Amino acid sequence: MNSKLFNTPGGRVFDVFNVVLLGLLGILTVLPFLYIVGNSFATEAEITGRSFFLIPREFSFSAYAYIFSSSTIFRSIGVSIFVTVAGTFINLFFTMTMAYPLSRSDFWGRSTLMNIVIFSMLFSGGMIPTYLVVRSLGLIDSYWALMLPGAISAFNLIVVKNFFQQMPAGLEEAARIDGCTDLGVLWRIVLPLSKPVIATFALFYAVGHWNNFFSALLYINDSDKWPLQIMLRQIVLLSQGTVGDMANMDPNFVQPPEQSIKMAVIVVGTIPILLVYPFLQKHFAKGVMLGSIKG
Amino acid sequence: MNERNRSAATLQADGSVLSGKKKEARWKKELRRNKWLYVLVAPGFLYFAVFKLLPMWGIVIAFQDYQPFLGIRGSDWVGFENFTTFFSNPDFFRLLRNTLVLAIYDLVFFFPAPILIALLLNEVRFHWFKRTVQTLVYVPHFVSMVIIASITYVFLTPQGGVLYEMIAWITGRPVDVLSNPDTFRPLIIGQMMWKEMGWGTIIFLAALAGVDTEQYEAAVVDGAGRMRRMWHVTLPAIRATIVILLILRLGNFLDTGFEQIYLMTNSLNRDVADVFDTYVYTVGITQGAFSYSTAVGLFKSLVGIVLVLGSNHIAKRFGHSGIY
Repeated sequence: MNSKLFNTPGGRVFDVFNVVLLGLLGILTVLPFLYIVGNSFATEAEITGRSFFLIPREFSFSAYAYIFSSSTIFRSIGVSIFVTVAGTFINLFFTMTMAYPLSRSDFWGRSTLMNIVIFSMLFSGGMIPTYLVVRSLGLIDSYWALMLPGAISAFNLIVVKNFFQQMPAGLEEAARIDGCTDLGVLWRIVLPLSKPVIATFALFYAVGHWNNFFSALLYINDSDKWPLQIMLRQIVLLSQGTVGDMANMDPNFVQPPEQSIKMAVIVVGTIPILLVYPFLQKHFAKGVMLGSIKG
Repeated sequence: MNERNRSAATLQADGSVLSGKKKEARWKKELRRNKWLYVLVAPGFLYFAVFKLLPMWGIVIAFQDYQPFLGIRGSDWVGFENFTTFFSNPDFFRLLRNTLVLAIYDLVFFFPAPILIALLLNEVRFHWFKRTVQTLVYVPHFVSMVIIASITYVFLTPQGGVLYEMIAWITGRPVDVLSNPDTFRPLIIGQMMWKEMGWGTIIFLAALAGVDTEQYEAAVVDGAGRMRRMWHVTLPAIRATIVILLILRLGNFLDTGFEQIYLMTNSLNRDVADVFDTYVYTVGITQGAFSYSTAVGLFKSLVGIVLVLGSNHIAKRFGHSGIY
């Protein structure tokens, strides 16, 4: 672009204004997160005195020491990690195995199945009938209830199916001539060629599991099995339940202020997302674009 | 092996009618040829049958007085009684009002925001700056609603929330935004903006990436300033996207995010907070009125379907006449 064309005085004023505005927007968006992280390390005196804004002068780990002094947070982190890892495997297994037959034009029953899939996107039984099915399967208070009812996202399934369809047919034919079964073609040819797509969907499914609140709210009543998101609501929004256990602490340990305890729990729940964020960013544009190809 | 299978098929089909025999043979042949495909599709099919189709069948309890210990077969049929109860309940108008008002707020305040930001981002000439702003504003999209609600709470709580104190300092009187019914809707829209406004720009930026820079240069030659170029070149480039998204939004008009509303509801703002989804949860799951809440859910999804199909129809008509 020829930048000389754009250098009018009015244009330059606009540019300055625009950059300042967008810069402010960007900073304001992430500022609450930074504030929470900073305050979770603050001491009581600093919080009540408001003697700092983002970075406390003396770092105190007491809020973290406190929330990890009992098994409550550990256990819910464990549940969340387990459900995220196992749930993502289930998602990928169900999505890939179903997408491959649906991508094959010689597969009898394909259009019927596709209609079921598309219809399920338009209309669903709703919260209560789904709850009753899960309950009648005996999955209440079972981790399966957090993984099975959402095992396939119809939208992701269609995107993967379309991706499989776009693969050159010659590859599969060559493999079949060499004696590969359909299973072999999927395992040795199609899946290895889809690694970037698998990585993208694994990431999206995993973030969905880590952030999932609704399923656990519906299906998990036993507080020992609560994932982190439910625990977060209990601790921060409802101010219920004891997080730490003073009995496990040094006698000189001062219980940190409630605010920093809450912030420390928020930080613990956010960190995994921020860790994968660079990868998410690398892949999400691709995911959005994949979604726009419909067929 | 093949030889044996074929003879077995003819032997078995010997007694049946000719057409049936042919059909059965074809069915078997297909199964044998693609047997691995059927094995592969089985888990996914089972998933859709159990978790998607079975609940659709379960909707029949909306027309019953469903008792869990009697099951669907044993429960009494009551016709449309659950629906008439709902429509004659004052709750119905409260839910409808809350849902519609929130949807209108969303349309007026939230919907234009990503378009505006995308337009501004498109005008940035330093590529690194644009990338940095994008990286920052996409972050909240990936953070869970519980975290967003928790941070909101910590900032606005009357027990030393920093934003609460700032509002009190600026306006001169403390406002408990979290439990005030008047501030509930602005709070929800504000949260939505913080979480999804940045992410919403992606689709517009993608549409803008396809605009030929020659169009801008031609506009400059014609003496168009910055604003005129935005108005006459940039905006028309994303107009189709805006129209489609607007129509899709109308299709989901009744979909207010369950998690967000549920998390931000408390006993003081419940009157303006309750929407169809949270009502179904409260009445169905916590109070156990399965039939009644299923009827409420069914009503909402039927209206939703009409809206989606209707808006799709409009979108198609726009697709034919809207592009010139």
